[in-house]
Parts: sequence; C-alpha cells; structure tokens
Amino acid sequence: MMSRKELDLWVGVFVAIGLGALLFLALKVANLSAFSTSQTYAIIARFDNIGGLKVRAPVKAAGVVVGRVSEVGFDNQTFEATVTMSIDGRYKFPRDTSAKILTSGLLGEQYIGLSAGGDTAELKDGDTLKITQSAVVLENLISQFLYSKAAEGDNKKPQ
Amino acid sequence: MPSQDADKKRVDPENLPQAPSRRVGENLVEVDNVTFGYDRRIVLKGISLAVRRGLVVAIMGGSGCGKTTTFRLIGGELKPMSGEVRVAGRIVNRLSTRELFELRRKTGMLFQFGALFTDLSVFENVAFPMREHTDLPEALVHDLVMMKLQAVGLRGAASLMPSELSGGMARRVALARSTALDPMLMLYDEPFAGLDPISLGVIGRLIRRLNDALGATSIIVTHDVVEALQIVDYVYFMSEGKIVARGTPAEIRASKDAFVHQFVHGEFDGPVSFQYPAPDYRQDLFAQAA
Amino acid sequence: MRKRITELLRDLGARVTGWIWRLGFASRFFAVMLLQSGTSFRRFHLTIREIYFAGVLSLVIILVSGLFVGMVLGLQGYDTLVRYGSAEALGVLVALSLLRELGPVVAALLFASRAGSAITAEIGLMKATEQLAAMEMMAVDPIARVVAPRFWAGVLSMPLLAALFSAMGIFGGYLVGVRMIGVDAGSFWSQMQSTVDFHEDVLNGVIKSAVFGVAITWIAVLEGYDAPPTAEGVSRATTRTVVTSSLAVLALDFVMTALMFRGV
Repeated sequence: MMSRKELDLWVGVFVAIGLGALLFLALKVANLSAFSTSQTYAIIARFDNIGGLKVRAPVKAAGVVVGRVSEVGFDNQTFEATVTMSIDGRYKFPRDTSAKILTSGLLGEQYIGLSAGGDTAELKDGDTLKITQSAVVLENLISQFLYSKAAEGDNKKPQ
Repeated sequence: MPSQDADKKRVDPENLPQAPSRRVGENLVEVDNVTFGYDRRIVLKGISLAVRRGLVVAIMGGSGCGKTTTFRLIGGELKPMSGEVRVAGRIVNRLSTRELFELRRKTGMLFQFGALFTDLSVFENVAFPMREHTDLPEALVHDLVMMKLQAVGLRGAASLMPSELSGGMARRVALARSTALDPMLMLYDEPFAGLDPISLGVIGRLIRRLNDALGATSIIVTHDVVEALQIVDYVYFMSEGKIVARGTPAEIRASKDAFVHQFVHGEFDGPVSFQYPAPDYRQDLFAQAA
Repeated sequence: MRKRITELLRDLGARVTGWIWRLGFASRFFAVMLLQSGTSFRRFHLTIREIYFAGVLSLVIILVSGLFVGMVLGLQGYDTLVRYGSAEALGVLVALSLLRELGPVVAALLFASRAGSAITAEIGLMKATEQLAAMEMMAVDPIARVVAPRFWAGVLSMPLLAALFSAMGIFGGYLVGVRMIGVDAGSFWSQMQSTVDFHEDVLNGVIKSAVFGVAITWIAVLEGYDAPPTAEGVSRATTRTVVTSSLAVLALDFVMTALMFRGV
C-alpha cells in the first residue's frame, strides 16, 4: 500500500503529462495559436452568395491568415448574406478594403481574401466593408461557359 | 462549528454516546413472529425470540436452518415478509435511512471470515469506523486503535496487511474493528468456524470479555456447540426455519429433547435424518435394470 | 413443432425483458452513483488513489501501444500516399487518424481490458469476501466509498490517456515517416498544422474519449457490484466487462462520428 504522498506524486505526474500531451496536440498539431487569446475586432461584409464558406474559415490578406469568420447570417431585408469576421488586433486595414470569397486549391475549402485599398482612415470594430465579391458557384460558371460558347457559335454563323 | 457534512457525524463532547447500562430484564432485541423467504422458498416460518440486555445469546442449528437469515434480519440487511424485528424498541425495517444509519453505528458485526478491507492495514481497518463516523483528531484515533488492538492481543500486528494474517488473527482484528465505536449490540456470524483449538478459546473468551466490559449485548450464530455452551447465557435452537428448543447452557446439556440431544452430542441419526428424502431404495436400484 | 416455436419465442421474450430489466437496473445504479458522488470530491484522496490504479498503471500499455500504432500508420500511410505523390500529407494522415478515431477508440479498448477488468474484479472480490456488506453494516455506503471514486477516476483518466496515445502516435509517425523513411520534416508538420483543426479534431477526440470513459467505467463498476459473490461469478463478470464495454465503445464511436463529422 503506497503512502498518500506517493500516490499524489504519481497521479500528479500522470495528470501533468496528460495535460502536456493535450497542449502539444492543441498547439503543435492543430492550429490553435495565439490567435484566440489575442485581441480581435469585428468587421462585417455582405455577399450575394457565400458558397461553401463556413464559420471558423480563415480570413487571409496577401495569403497570410489575419482572422477567422466568426458568424454567418442572412439579412431578410436585403436578402444578402452577412459575414462577421474576427480580425487580429495587430492588423489594421483601410476603410476601402475589399473582400473576396476564394477557394484554396481547385476544390478545397473556401476562405475570405482581403485586399487593402488606399484609404488613410482605418476600419474600426463593427465597420462594414463596402466592396465585396461573392463566391464563384460552379454551376453558374458552367452555364456561363456554355452560354458564351453558344454565343460564339452564333457569331460564327454565316451572316 | 457543526459541520453540514452528511457523511461524518461530529462527536459532540457534550453528548458522547453513553455506555449502555445493564438494565436487566429489558429486551434489546425482539423478533416477533417473523416470516421470511427468498423468491418462493420460505426460510423462516413465524419465529419469535428475545434477547435481554447484557446477555450473550447463541442461535444454533444445522446448516440451512435459517440462523444466518435471522441474523441478517436483526442486522437490518433483510426485511421480514411479515412480523416485526425490534432493536432497542424500534422496528428495524421501518427506520428511515438516517435512523438506520444511527442504529448501525451502535451495532458491531463480525462477519464469518473477518471481512477485513484487504487494501488497508490492520491499523487502518480498525481506524476505519472511527475515521468515517467521528471527527476525532488523528492522535486520539491512534490511541483508540492501539487500545482496541491491545484488547484483542494484536497491538504488535498493527502495520501488517490482512493478507499476512492467519485466520484467527484476522478474525480478532475484525473483532477489534467491530467494537471500535463501543457498540451496544454485537452480532457474530459463525465466529468459531474454521479455527484451531487455541484460537477458538481466545475468540470465545474475547467475546465474553468484551460483552461484559462494554456492557453490551451479543448474539452469536454458530454451530460450535462446545465452545458456545461455555460462554453464552442463553441458547436458541433452530431447525428448518423454526425454533425447536431454548434454554440456558445447563438446561440444554440436560435436555431430553431428541433434536437437542442429537445436536449437542453429534449423533449420527435422529430428528435430523441421515438420508436426504429419496424414493424407495429397492425401486431406485432395480429401476435401472428394468 | 409448434411447441418448439412457442418455446423459442418465450425464450426470446424472456431474454429481451431480461436486457431491458438490466438496462433499467444499470440506469438506476448510475443515478445512485452520481447522487453519492459527493464523497469522491470532498475526500478527493479516495479518487486520487483510484486514478493511480486506473490511470497511472495504464500508462505503460497506452504509451507503448500509441507509439506502435503511430509507427504502423506512418509505414502504411506512406506506402499508400507515395503512390499518388502525396507523401508530404503523411503528417495529416497520421494526425487525423489518431485524433479523430484511433486515439480515443484504441485507448478506450485498452483501458477497458486493463483498468475496466481490474475494477470489476476488485469490486466483485470485495463483494464476495463480504467487505461491502461489512461496510454497509458499519453505516458507510459502499457506493459512495468504493464505487463512485472508481467511476470518477475512470472518467477523469480516459481523456488524458487518449491524448497521450494520440501524442505518442504522432511522434511514432514522425519517427517512421521523417526519420526512417525521409519525408520532409517541414512539410510533415506544416501540413499537419494547417489541416488539423482544434475544435473539429482535437476537441471532438477529447469529447469522444470522455464519453468512452463514462461508458467503460460505468459498465465496470456495475458488473463488479452486481457479480455473484463466488469465484466463478467474479471471473465471469470481469469477462463481461471487457466484452460489453468494448462493444459499447465501438457502437458509441459510430454514433458520435456520425454526429460530429457529418457536415465536414
């Protein structure tokens, strides 16, 4: 029968390495970074179509992750999608920044890409972006392509 | 400041449990026309017995006669199908959980093979009831445990583990544990079973001595006639769920009752027949040949 | 012939009602155990003792198995991925397999057979040697003192063990993939980090292992407490614990995977 002190010691060691493993998994293996603990501010963007954009999708500028999508909503008055993003407080963007919904790779997951404008005034917490470009929906792309092909064919017809 | 803890009861120095006085003539335990059975098998058929305060009483009988069941009914482990079991005037099966809890704190039970907690040392086993039910400081618990172990002659074995004890020693430690809180009622389940002659004598003497020293009442369930008759004040004999004989040891020894005689003298055949009920012998033998 | 059929039906009916009865008993037992859990936390040293026996003593088997599983994943994963020119995704493969499935499930199965069976045997033996009855007669509730601490110890240990299993496994995959085979260390870790999501993968794995912990330990203490107080009864109960909890883990895994990863 081990003394209580010995038991406590071993159990303490066990819990410590267990939590250590969890920490390792969270930080080194997964993408939990200083992000969630640092200060963030919210910006809103409206889109006609967000495609497959999901909550927690990355927000990138110049290819670098600067934030995450925190909320996706639907405006019943304007019938647009409203996307709220949490941007890392370290990064400030000008007020005429535009947002595009892009796909990583050809068929990968979708994310928001921010392109900075030239305005000297900065975006503040709760501001809405003025310029947005919706997601490219595959079906629309195909029908566009077919339509343009048909139009081309029309043009080529002998007059 | 009184603790709100439901698990431990603080021993209030103003109201220490009083050592029960020997009020001769008053029954501590009464079994009143109790019937009990498991599923469809009736084990006890309307038995009645009474145990006066301060006495050591034995319930004896062959295996399967219902004595262990009676024992369990008195201890509150089982509930009778009809009739009442009363301890200190209270009906045991009608007690609330809290009252049953209180009753059990004042009852000590010695199980057949000791039932010591195998993961605790001898010292910790005896200290267990004290630690669970009182808030006594460790120093006091230590002294009390030592006193209890001294009373059973095992103070030197305090740091051993139950697996290192012989049967007799284990039972003595269990005895020390069950008397830890100075109970008013002691229940012994086959305390003499499987012991060598020396340990038999020791346990018997301890049961008598502790009973008298604590001013308690003891009920022993056993089929060890010789040892039991030497230490008890009164005997109840049971057979097939009924009480068939009763009396003081002297009366029992002189009894002309066939069952008592067979039991006490260990006779081969008598009221408890040798042959298990079976069909006609000749028929059984030659039935195969047919 | 008809008699046979009615007999079979009656037998089946009895069996089904038997299961339902047992399920009811198990649920009541669970409720009582939760209600009596105060002691496990007020006298936390009781639970700590059980965490030692259930968790610490399982460390060796968990760590070694995790390492080997990870190494095998590394080997097999590389073998398949290299055919499609995606050897750099090895880190992703190893990490996701472990975090989502293998970590919680295999760790749970190992825990069931090592710690679960030990708990059942211990409690069953205490019942058979009348220690539980003795405790009750001393006005100490055996469920509060013996059963509940073991239950909480299992629930608390399981997620830690699963995390350790996954971590060792990823390390094993790294050893085999990067050190032995020669996959680029940089891409191994960077791809892993960009694909593995904390909430989706790590957290879900932790939730799974916690649920497994509850299931396994519940079954283990139940079988022990309910075992017939004989040597044969206890040994049968121990076997039942391992079998029933293993099946429960696999069934729960399916249900939780369907719920968690449906929309991915």
